[in-house]
Amino acid sequence: MSLLTVQNLQQHFPVRGGLLRRSVASCKAVDGVSFSLGAGETLGLVGESGCGKTTLGKSIVRLLKPTAGKIEFDGQDITAASSGELRPMRRHVQMIFQDPAESLNPRHTVRDILDEPFIVQKLGSKDERRKWVLDLLDKVGLPASAMDRFPFEFSGGQRQRIGIARAIALKPKLIVCDEPVSALDVSVQSQVLNLLLDLQRDMGLSYLFIAHGLSVVKHMSDRVAVMYLGKIVELAPAEELYHHPRHAYTKALLDAIPVPDPAKRRKRELLQGDVPSPINPPAGCAFGHRMKHPQWQASVGMDLTLKEVSPGHWVQPCPCCTQ
Amino acid sequence: MSAPILQVENLVTAFDTDAGRMTAVDGISFEVPRGRTLGIVGESGCGKSVTAFSITRLLPQPHGQILEGSIRFEGRDLASLPVEEMQRIRGNDISMIFQEPMTALNPVQTVGKQLAEAILLHTACSKADVLARSIDMMKKVRIPAPEQRLNEYPHQLSGGMRQRVMIAMALINTPKLLIADEPTTALDVTVQAQILELIADLQKEMGMSVILITHDLGVIAEVCDEVAVMYAGRIVEQASVFDLFANPRHAYTQGLLESIPRLDSKPKTLLKAIPGNVPGIADFKPGCRFAERSGREHTEAHLNQRPAFVEISPNHFVENCPVCIS
Repeated sequence: MSLLTVQNLQQHFPVRGGLLRRSVASCKAVDGVSFSLGAGETLGLVGESGCGKTTLGKSIVRLLKPTAGKIEFDGQDITAASSGELRPMRRHVQMIFQDPAESLNPRHTVRDILDEPFIVQKLGSKDERRKWVLDLLDKVGLPASAMDRFPFEFSGGQRQRIGIARAIALKPKLIVCDEPVSALDVSVQSQVLNLLLDLQRDMGLSYLFIAHGLSVVKHMSDRVAVMYLGKIVELAPAEELYHHPRHAYTKALLDAIPVPDPAKRRKRELLQGDVPSPINPPAGCAFGHRMKHPQWQASVGMDLTLKEVSPGHWVQPCPCCTQ
Repeated sequence: MSAPILQVENLVTAFDTDAGRMTAVDGISFEVPRGRTLGIVGESGCGKSVTAFSITRLLPQPHGQILEGSIRFEGRDLASLPVEEMQRIRGNDISMIFQEPMTALNPVQTVGKQLAEAILLHTACSKADVLARSIDMMKKVRIPAPEQRLNEYPHQLSGGMRQRVMIAMALINTPKLLIADEPTTALDVTVQAQILELIADLQKEMGMSVILITHDLGVIAEVCDEVAVMYAGRIVEQASVFDLFANPRHAYTQGLLESIPRLDSKPKTLLKAIPGNVPGIADFKPGCRFAERSGREHTEAHLNQRPAFVEISPNHFVENCPVCIS
C-alpha cells in the first residue's frame, strides 16, 4: 500500500488585476498531477524553474489548500482537512527547504528551533526534550555545543543539517525535500546528500525529493517524475528514465546537463525558447507547443493522462513529444 | 604559439575590514592563451570573483586593493594603470558579464539605451550607426525581433533573454578578453546550454579569449580549454581540461571530482564526500589550506609553510603540498 497517493491534484492561484483587484486569470501552477509514493521510497521531482515542483511540494504538506484533486496520506484523505485536523498528520509529514538561512528563525537558538516540534505536539518533559535535542544533533553530525548557538553562527551546510534535524525530530514517515542542496557549496552537497541517504535507511523515511538538477535527483531517487508547466510528463524508475527517456522534454533535459568529463563532450540538440508562463498555458501538450512541433495541433483536446509504456514507466501520450 | 593575452603574476588582493586586512586572493599566477577559454573553478569564498574584479579593476573602493603582483594585458600592467586608462580598456578590450543579469542591468533604462551607452563610451558614432550596431549585435546573440526588444526594459525579458542582452553589451565593442563570472548559475539547465553555446560560437567568430568563472565542474568540462582550481584564495591546481579531469593530482581536485553525483553512478549509493566546511577568509592558514579537510596527516611544517606552485608534469601545475599530492 502506498504511503502517499495524489490524484489529479490542481493548485491554481488567482491573478488579480484592474481597479477592483478582481481575479482576471488563474495561474495553473500544478495542473492535474497524479502519483503515489511507497514507504521507504524516494520519488524525485525534476523540472525547470516555474514548472510547479515547489508548489506541488507545498500542497502535499498542506501549506496550501489544493484547488481540486485528492491527497491521501496513510489512508487518510487530507485534501481539505482543517489545520486542527492536520495537526496529528503534521508529525508524519515534514519539509526541508532550499535556503536554510531563510527557513530558520534567526532569533532562536538551535535548541529553541529543535524543541519547537515537541512543544507543538505536546511531547516530553523539559529534561526529556533536552535529551532528544542532543540526540538529534548527534544524528545529523553536529556537536552538542551547537545547542546554544544561533543559526548565523553556522555555515550553509551546517544550517541545512539543523533544518534536517528539525524535520526528523518527530520521526516522520515522509519528508518533502525542496532543493535541499542547491544553495550549498559543491564539496558540502555530497555530505548532505549522504546524510539524507543514511537517515532514510535508519528511519525508513520516504522522500519526495525536489530539485532542478537531474544528476542529483537521479542519484537520490528510486523513481523520478519530470514536470513541465504544472504537469508530470514522464515518470519512471531512475535508471530506466536515464537510459530510456521517452518524452522529448526528458530527452532535452538530459541532453542539456553538462557532463563533468571533457572526453564526453558532444554537440547538443539545443532547446529553443523559454518555459512559457503557467498563466493561460497553451492547450494540449505544452512542450510540443514550445517546440512548435508539427504534430502539436493533434494533442489539443486529447486525453493526456499518463500511460504505462513498460512496467513502471509512465509517459504523457502526445503525438508530438512521445513516439 | 603566440604570447598569451593575459598574464597574471603573483596577484595579491586584500580587503581592509574592521577586523583587519583580509587577503582574498593570495598570490596567484596564471595565463590566458589567445583565443582560448580558461576556466576558474572553486567554491564560495575561494577568491574566483575577486580575481575577476582585480583584472577589471572593479574592486569595491577604497576597501579592496591589489597589494602585489602584476596583470599584464597587451604589454601593459593593469594593476598599476591610472583609472582613466583603465576605463578606456574596460568595456572595450576587456568586458565582463555577471551572474545575475537582473541586478547587472539598469532596470529603468531600455535595453537599447544601455547598449548605446556601451558603444558611445568608447567610440564616437552617429545615432543611425549606434542603432545599426545595436540591432546587429542583438541578432548575433540570437534575440528574436531585436528592433522591438531595444525599446523594452529588462523586466520585460526572461532570464535567458536578459543574459543575452548582457552578452550583447559585453561584446558590442569586440573585446579581446571576455570575463564571464558565473554567467549561467541563475539559469535553468536548458537555457544554460543555449548560453554556453552562444558564448562559444561568438568566441570562435570574434576570436576573443574567455575567462569563465564557475563552481560547476560540468560547465568547465563542456567549454574550457584550460582550468585553474581555486581553494581558499589560492590556485591549487592548473592544467588543460583533459589532463585535469583524467589525472587530477591535488587532493582537493580529486575530492571535488569524486563528490559530484553523476548521471551514470548507481542511485542511492553514498557519495565520497569532502569532510568539513569551506574555510572562511579569517581562518586561512599560511601553509596548506586544505590540510584539515584532506583526511591526511599534515605536520606542523606543512601547516605553516606555503607549498610552492610547481609544474609537476608538462603544463600541469599544482600547489605542491607533499601530503595532498599523490
